Amino acid sequence: MAGTALLGRLTWLVAEVTETVTETPRVRTLILDVDGWPGHRAGQHVDVRLTAEDGYQAERSYSLASAPEDPPALTVERLDDGEVSPYLVDEVVPGDRFELRGPVGGYFVWDADALPEPLLLVAGGSGVVPLMAMLRHRAAAGSTVPAKLLYSSRTYEEVIYREELERLDGRGDGLEIVHTLTRAQPPGWTGHAGRVDVDLLREVSFPARRAPRVFVCGPTSFVEAVAEGLVSLGHRPGRIRTERFGGT
Amino acid sequence: MPFDPAFRFNAACKTHTVGIISRGFRGRGRGDDSGRLPPGQYATDDFPVLSAGPTPHTPLDEWTFTIEGGAEPVRWTWDEFRTLPTETVTKDIHCVTKWSKFDTDWEGVSVDALLESVDHDRAYAVAFCDGGYTTNLPVEDLTGGKAWVAFAYDGEPLEPEHGGPARLLVPHLYFWKSAKWVRGLSLRDEDEPGFWETNGYHNYGDPWREQRYWGD
Amino acid sequence: MTHLDGNAIAGVLEQLFGRDLTLASSRCTGCGAMREVADIHVYRSAGIVARCPDCDTVLFRIVEARDRMWLDFRGFSSLQVRS
Repeated sequence: MAGTALLGRLTWLVAEVTETVTETPRVRTLILDVDGWPGHRAGQHVDVRLTAEDGYQAERSYSLASAPEDPPALTVERLDDGEVSPYLVDEVVPGDRFELRGPVGGYFVWDADALPEPLLLVAGGSGVVPLMAMLRHRAAAGSTVPAKLLYSSRTYEEVIYREELERLDGRGDGLEIVHTLTRAQPPGWTGHAGRVDVDLLREVSFPARRAPRVFVCGPTSFVEAVAEGLVSLGHRPGRIRTERFGGT
Repeated sequence: MPFDPAFRFNAACKTHTVGIISRGFRGRGRGDDSGRLPPGQYATDDFPVLSAGPTPHTPLDEWTFTIEGGAEPVRWTWDEFRTLPTETVTKDIHCVTKWSKFDTDWEGVSVDALLESVDHDRAYAVAFCDGGYTTNLPVEDLTGGKAWVAFAYDGEPLEPEHGGPARLLVPHLYFWKSAKWVRGLSLRDEDEPGFWETNGYHNYGDPWREQRYWGD
Repeated sequence: MTHLDGNAIAGVLEQLFGRDLTLASSRCTGCGAMREVADIHVYRSAGIVARCPDCDTVLFRIVEARDRMWLDFRGFSSLQVRS
């Protein structure tokens, strides 16, 4: 009985950073070793709690970037007026530790073997992180479910996971990746320019009749515009799952 | 249990249920030895925005301020409110989420000036607001030059996200008592806990006695 | 300040209820709307305030102190979870 009672009890775990990866000048990935990590599903997030020497604590949520097949990893974007993200992006070195609660959330989750419908992912900025976990999971599981990622970034330099996305795109396993750059495009850019709007969604996304599973993640205004656009194209609201982020 | 320095720290430091220190993390706050920082607070230069709901945008021509519970309800329109004498004050403010901000500049109408028009002998007040927020205070904490209905911050009209067009300003209590988007006071004989006071936060909220939660 | 989704507080809800609550269906006492918990609006203030996306009724409030929590779920007239 004691075992049953403990099962599912969510508590704070200690995470140790084993490796860091600089993704862009503002974004870094922390690969973690978490004692007692129960495993996760693609799209879930964790709560991170930092404690200063004087006892001050701050808590934030971050999406897991890694496939369930891999150790937990967080990809964090530095928000200049933030108090947690600058520490995680600029200060942390391998061996550092912090507390973590999770993985949590069964809503914004994609399992490769459970959902056979086409997969449509729409990302704004660092909203790509939980969607990347889904794409990594899809590749690791050998899934050939038709999948598309529409990924909006401000500039080419700010595209997170750029090279890995190119590799995934080149596997020929039914994944198509479409970038749009909203602020500036490099010379010779062949992708899209400007914000994600209904026209781009119509051109890029699966038609509503194919009933894709849709996951949208990004800033609030982005998520709301994309979700409205998809509904106007006939996608059922119940099939569109959103995750917005805000604050520091 | 294997030896674990973090666990040992935890045992030594009763203020935290879990005590693993994140090396080099300081957070936004910083200490202060000027004696202006209440216990458990951290000073900041930022002005964090905390809201329990969507930001209301009441047009000034629909805005009124009402004091209920006196012999007659007394109501001011925005234009009438702005003919009242104003005061400019510089105060330290203390949020229960642990940030404090020194030397904030406000302009407003003192609650003393508002209550001059109200015939009452009530001991308690509930501030009510656009959006439904409420907070309770003893009348003696709203009078004697301790509280204002502020409409300007740092020389500018108070921004909606900080409570504009007008918020209560009661700087000697935790800042949740300084209700944003305030629309009036309800005077009463019995104390009636407000939005946060009914769900864990201290009924009075004196930062110097660290009255954050029930029983503090 | 803009709101977050119910999904954003999955951690504290799971700590409280011992299970993932984001897929639970809730009914608002204000307007009767049925929503998945992941879909409701969340404001982080002195505590967590969850509101109905349709009518802004406060669905629940959670205040966390060091060693205690306070819960008020008065805005849910029902909550359906998988057994």
